[in-house]
Amino acid sequence: MNIYVLVKRTFDTEEKIVVSGGKIQEDGAEFIINPYDEYAIEEAIQVRDAHGGEVTVLTIGGEDAEKQLRTALAMGADKAVLINTEDDLDEMDQFTAAQILADFLKDKNPDLILAGNVAIDGGSGQVGPRVADLLGINYVTTITKLEINGTQVNIVRDVEGDSEVIETSLPLLVTAQQGLNEPRYPSLPGIMKAKKKPLEEVELDDLDIDEDDVEAKTETIEIYLPPKKEAGRVLQGDLSNQVQELVQLLRTEAKVI
Amino acid sequence: MTKKVIVLGEVREGALRNVSFEAIAAAKKISGGGEIVAVLLGDAVQSLGTEMIHYGADRVVTVEHPHLKTYTSDGFSQAFMAVVEGENPDAVVFGHTALGKDLSPKVASKLQSGLISDVTGIEGEGEAAVFIRPIFSGKAFEKVKIKEGIVFVSIRPNNIEPLAHDDNRTGDVSSVSVEITNLRTVIKEVVRKSSEGVDLSEAKVVIAGGRGVKSVDGFGPLKELAQVLGGAVGASRGACDADYCDYSLQIGQTGKVVTPDLYIAAGISGAIQHLASMSNSKIIVAINKDPEANIFKVADYGIVGDLFEVIPMLTEEFKKIKAN
Repeated sequence: MNIYVLVKRTFDTEEKIVVSGGKIQEDGAEFIINPYDEYAIEEAIQVRDAHGGEVTVLTIGGEDAEKQLRTALAMGADKAVLINTEDDLDEMDQFTAAQILADFLKDKNPDLILAGNVAIDGGSGQVGPRVADLLGINYVTTITKLEINGTQVNIVRDVEGDSEVIETSLPLLVTAQQGLNEPRYPSLPGIMKAKKKPLEEVELDDLDIDEDDVEAKTETIEIYLPPKKEAGRVLQGDLSNQVQELVQLLRTEAKVI
Repeated sequence: MTKKVIVLGEVREGALRNVSFEAIAAAKKISGGGEIVAVLLGDAVQSLGTEMIHYGADRVVTVEHPHLKTYTSDGFSQAFMAVVEGENPDAVVFGHTALGKDLSPKVASKLQSGLISDVTGIEGEGEAAVFIRPIFSGKAFEKVKIKEGIVFVSIRPNNIEPLAHDDNRTGDVSSVSVEITNLRTVIKEVVRKSSEGVDLSEAKVVIAGGRGVKSVDGFGPLKELAQVLGGAVGASRGACDADYCDYSLQIGQTGKVVTPDLYIAAGISGAIQHLASMSNSKIIVAINKDPEANIFKVADYGIVGDLFEVIPMLTEEFKKIKAN
């Protein structure tokens, strides 16, 4: 089976966000594979181990993203591709990313493409479905279970807490939801092996893409931090009095009940 | 220049979801005085059209088809695109719900447009409209505008106030017939896990439990309080990782982002990933045994105490109030 995983390099969830000069400061920040993409990588490895084939992890970004690709290779992916846009694109949005990824994938005949259902930085959750649509294949988002028999695919999908049991078929793009699996940590032999696995780097010139055709449709004009929430009041006294006071405050002061 | 805006109304179990009315309010701002056309898709949605008009839509177009009884991206995109082709809108508004998240990228792809998703606020009107959305799960915000093409946004439930309901508003409710073919996804079954509560992302009140809940059964008192307040139960990653509850309840940077009117955090210490995803709630109440817990730093009101004592007492108090 020809399996591709779309991954994104993101800030570690532990990081505080610092904005200066209208931009998010990246200096000194830790970067990780987007956590939802880790589920996608793990699932891809499990599908390959059960059905054979090859797992290729694919990302768009700069040289820095190689580290996350190596981590995916150390987890067990077979190959990695970095579409390096550092020199070609200043601005990129979900339209841009999907166009580039779909263009790269269009002659690769993937049976299965996996991605995270959302990236924890931009949080748009668009790129997976957009890529599927551009490739003309079906997609299922926020999956928590995947079973493949031949070309038939059985999926459980999380829909706002409910579960949809779905039948569909390959080729298919799925996006991973938490609960799909427990992503493995790269083992030491895995890390050693990953150094020798192929990591291909391509640029827009290598693809059939004119920069103007993938120009972002949206523009971020400002980034800012939310007002810092002040600590409020810790109630005092007898517990039952505190509870009564709280209910009173919620009704009369906060007026939320 | 005014804009013609299409709003996708969302129907669940025969009723319009509140986010549909919020989407009309968003459309109103984007339109700059232009026409607002609501679209309803389903197997029997015609009768819901008037309600969309009462909330500010000028006109309603429905597509009814047996294949639209349950949502599939193929079925709904075919129906929606048929309406779009007939209407030729300048802007489109969806709710950023499970359905909206799944469908909007496909529609944006077909429209070859940008899509500003998860919008929590709109500044300016018409041409000047700028959209506010959280990034890093609410650790920061960005203001975004569309550079070219259709203005397509999806709005987060509970953040944009619907327009006042007006019984006297009238408007045309028409239907379009669309051939729905080649559905590649078959939904065999829907297992309702959230049947006891209101949907977490749309709930006005969220009662969330953390490690302090200690067990699956420990969520019992939280569920009871949620029921009395008409709210939903959520959880921290700690509680999910410990198998006290399903991951679908998780609030956090990996998990759901919620902005209810009232957020009660019980036995949650307040990791940075959790705080990012709930600290934009209107009012936060923290209940924790540890007075040093981080959660108190963002709480409007705090009670230092055992959640298993405090939560049932709260439930009783609210029950008393309701009875009066």
